[in-house]
Amino acid sequence: MRKNKRNFLNNAVTYGMVIVAFLLCELAISGLIGGFKMSRSLKGQLVPICVYVVMAVSLNLTVGFSGELSLGHAGFMSVGAFSGVLISQWLGSAFPDIPSLARVIAALVSGGIFAGIAGILIGIPVLRLRGDYLAIVTLAFGEIIRNLINCMYFSLDGKSLHFGFNNPNLAGKLVINGPMGATGVNRLASFEVGFVLVLFTLFVVMNLVNSRSGRAIMAARDNRIAAEAMGINVTKYKMIAFVTSAVLAGMAGALYGLNFANTAAAKFKFDTSILVLVFVVLGGIGSIRGSIIAAALLTILPEVLREFGDYRMLVYAIVLIAVMIATNSPLLGNLFNRIRPHRMKPGKEAGKA
Amino acid sequence: MTQQQKKKFNADTRMVPVPSQAIVPERDINEQPVLVASHLGIEFGGLKAVDDFNMIIGKTEIAGLIGPNGAGKTTVFNLLTKVYQPTSGSVLVNGKDTAGMNTVQANKLGLARTFQNIRLFSNMTVEENVRIGLHNQVSYGLMTGIFRLPGYWKGEKKQHEMALDLLSLFDMQKMADVKAGSLPYGAQRRLEIVRALATHPSLLLLDEPAAGMNPHETEELMENIIKIRDQFQIAVLLIEHDMNLVMGICEGICVLNYGRVIAKGTAEEIQRNPVVIEAYLGKQSAEEEAQG
Amino acid sequence: MIQFLSFLISGISLGSVYAIIALGYSMVYGIAKMLNFAHGDVIMIGAYIAFCTVQYLHLPPLVAVLAAVVVCTVLGILIEGLAYKPLRQASSLAVLITAIGMSYLLQNVALLIWGANPKSFPSVISLGTLSLFDGRLRITSETFVTILANIVIMIALTLFTNRTKMGKAMRCVSEDKGAAELMGVNVNSTISMTFAIGSALAAVAGVLLCSSYPTLMPTTGAMPGIKAFTAAVFGGIGSIPGALIGGLLLGVIEILGRAYISTELSDAIVFAVLIVVLLVKPTGLLGKPTHEKV
Repeated sequence: MRKNKRNFLNNAVTYGMVIVAFLLCELAISGLIGGFKMSRSLKGQLVPICVYVVMAVSLNLTVGFSGELSLGHAGFMSVGAFSGVLISQWLGSAFPDIPSLARVIAALVSGGIFAGIAGILIGIPVLRLRGDYLAIVTLAFGEIIRNLINCMYFSLDGKSLHFGFNNPNLAGKLVINGPMGATGVNRLASFEVGFVLVLFTLFVVMNLVNSRSGRAIMAARDNRIAAEAMGINVTKYKMIAFVTSAVLAGMAGALYGLNFANTAAAKFKFDTSILVLVFVVLGGIGSIRGSIIAAALLTILPEVLREFGDYRMLVYAIVLIAVMIATNSPLLGNLFNRIRPHRMKPGKEAGKA
Repeated sequence: MTQQQKKKFNADTRMVPVPSQAIVPERDINEQPVLVASHLGIEFGGLKAVDDFNMIIGKTEIAGLIGPNGAGKTTVFNLLTKVYQPTSGSVLVNGKDTAGMNTVQANKLGLARTFQNIRLFSNMTVEENVRIGLHNQVSYGLMTGIFRLPGYWKGEKKQHEMALDLLSLFDMQKMADVKAGSLPYGAQRRLEIVRALATHPSLLLLDEPAAGMNPHETEELMENIIKIRDQFQIAVLLIEHDMNLVMGICEGICVLNYGRVIAKGTAEEIQRNPVVIEAYLGKQSAEEEAQG
Repeated sequence: MIQFLSFLISGISLGSVYAIIALGYSMVYGIAKMLNFAHGDVIMIGAYIAFCTVQYLHLPPLVAVLAAVVVCTVLGILIEGLAYKPLRQASSLAVLITAIGMSYLLQNVALLIWGANPKSFPSVISLGTLSLFDGRLRITSETFVTILANIVIMIALTLFTNRTKMGKAMRCVSEDKGAAELMGVNVNSTISMTFAIGSALAAVAGVLLCSSYPTLMPTTGAMPGIKAFTAAVFGGIGSIPGALIGGLLLGVIEILGRAYISTELSDAIVFAVLIVVLLVKPTGLLGKPTHEKV
């Protein structure tokens, strides 16, 4: 039960951190913090930060807690983005009186549902594979999703929705325009919605991890054979983690799609999957708080590095490599351990007991 | 275990023959056997790792599976628990055929095991390890867990209580919050047994439970295995190299060599069997033994 | 029919390039057990070096290829020594992210040096075109040279890993690093050597790729890199003939898919075939199944 208390405290700190950060941002936007004014470009980053935090936390569920390297997370994001945008635009066109918040919620829910369906369809074949083979197949699925969306055209004509595969000549106004992606979207996303989505994600992931199903997911990761011998259906729990992660990524995608007037399909290519993976690894695999911090900082970092001009991405790459070496090399690791205050090792407790 | 206890224990374990040459304790003869393996075999690339393995285990029997290194003992465990699918023969657990089942289904049918090279969830706490074993015993749904419905709190509380209860078998309640990977070796082996017990088995398969334990710990383990059998009314099949343990507590013993059963019987019968002596010590020693 | 033949030949040509890149991936994976995502960008650097040698220094094509090979070999050893060596004991994910960082680094260095505008790559192999069937089937010299280079490299590498001491050391290290070290194999230099060979091959592949598809940009290497990696997995990662078969199949499927099914979906078709293959044979066409001992 001591463990439960520790979990509770840990979760409280995570929620607290997010809420405080949100309040600080709100204060900065309204100019209530003396001497500090949030720049326009930084303000534009607020919704993407929420999106990437959700992406990172959800990917951590697959990579950290379920132990499966997924390189196609952006695929679920794109399914969520385009289905969410489509629903939101359709609602706006079919029922002009509907409040925009309802359209946002509908977009998030449908984004989650469609990405979840994609997650089930992909998970069935993918989770039969192991290790690097699983990674390459998730990458392949991510690329297939992008390729398919490249060929999809949807248009709105009043209440009716038209669909064309590789055929842009549709009646009405094009909403999803093949490689051009979503066009002419009503920008309904707001920082507040993003904040609520982040809280929802934390709620789902942290509660899942600290439950019977969560323990089964981690048992399957730590030792598949032992987990099966204990009567745990490993495939089922890997699937649960994978699909939950896909649903959350879909919701993040829907929010992302509603944040921009135009979102090209190319936005969700392999690089985006990798970017999110970088957040997860840098934040610490299996650490939810780490994912949040890494996602937020690394989303802002390119903005902060803007003064480096052309050298911006170069610096980003060097920082990335340096951090990875610094945190993982045994030489520097020892140094860190020496600086860090000594924690009570669990082994000692065992000796006493 | 004191000498007296041992005598008392041996006194009420008369072994009686059942069909197909197997023997079970007299008290189990009217009960359905917990395990019936017949003509079980597996081939790896033409090599018969286990061939024509037959065994019957009574409802509350403590049975031993011994044999030299590489005889195929662990392979038998893997066949029984469906880690490998046998290429021939059948396994009945509590009268149900396990053909086509996987490890998970075999566990649900009543087979729980430990591993020769300990396979704990080493990053989880001791209690969490036991709770994994309780996974199918105390269950609530995914959504109940995520949305913290009343079922979650009830289930968690029950799991916690049951886990501590099981841990108290080995006096391990105090270690409940310790990471399993940081336990001393002997405690890890004991935890594996507790975790297996948590799945509510009718047959407990122990793969070298005393490996790496000192003589004192082994003595304790012997007592505990008997205690578990008596308390839970289950059968135990164990692989072990420590002959004191095997001869001390096993009622029926099966000797395996080169994947084949070379002898079956009670401890005394096995100790006297020249084929067994030959398998363990070589032909010459066996002859000397016979002469001397 | 002749049209099909011409698609098939260009498929084999593209596949040969993939096979050469896949070899680099496969060798490095086999020995260092890491996915070297920067491999694709070494291709791009190789192509730029060849481009500069021909365009600015006006040196003959053969010298250009040689220069590319030398620069990439050194680059490969440098990357391994600076970025991957400190992470020998780290988790494979940490190494993966470092490799991705290295890929960004190479792309951005190239961006700073050569700019974002695509360069038109001058063909370093212009020996004319072979016309068959009254000019209905035309095979360019680039195609010939690519396929030929592929065959030569495959034979040479097979001989190298099977016959030479260094090659045997490589196979030892890929099988069991610890045991190889105990047997006196210098694991560090073997890994460096693998990176050197892989990068040299990448340079050749870069020149060949850009001779057939002459647009050169800092991101040129990314997609062929991923596809070659797919090819390596397809054929069974860690296997030389696997890389060859995987690469060729991938190239042919891509070209035929583009020609007969859909240009937009050619990548999707390639990846779909990969998925089907992995589902039927979970360790690739020539990969050995792995068993976990219980």
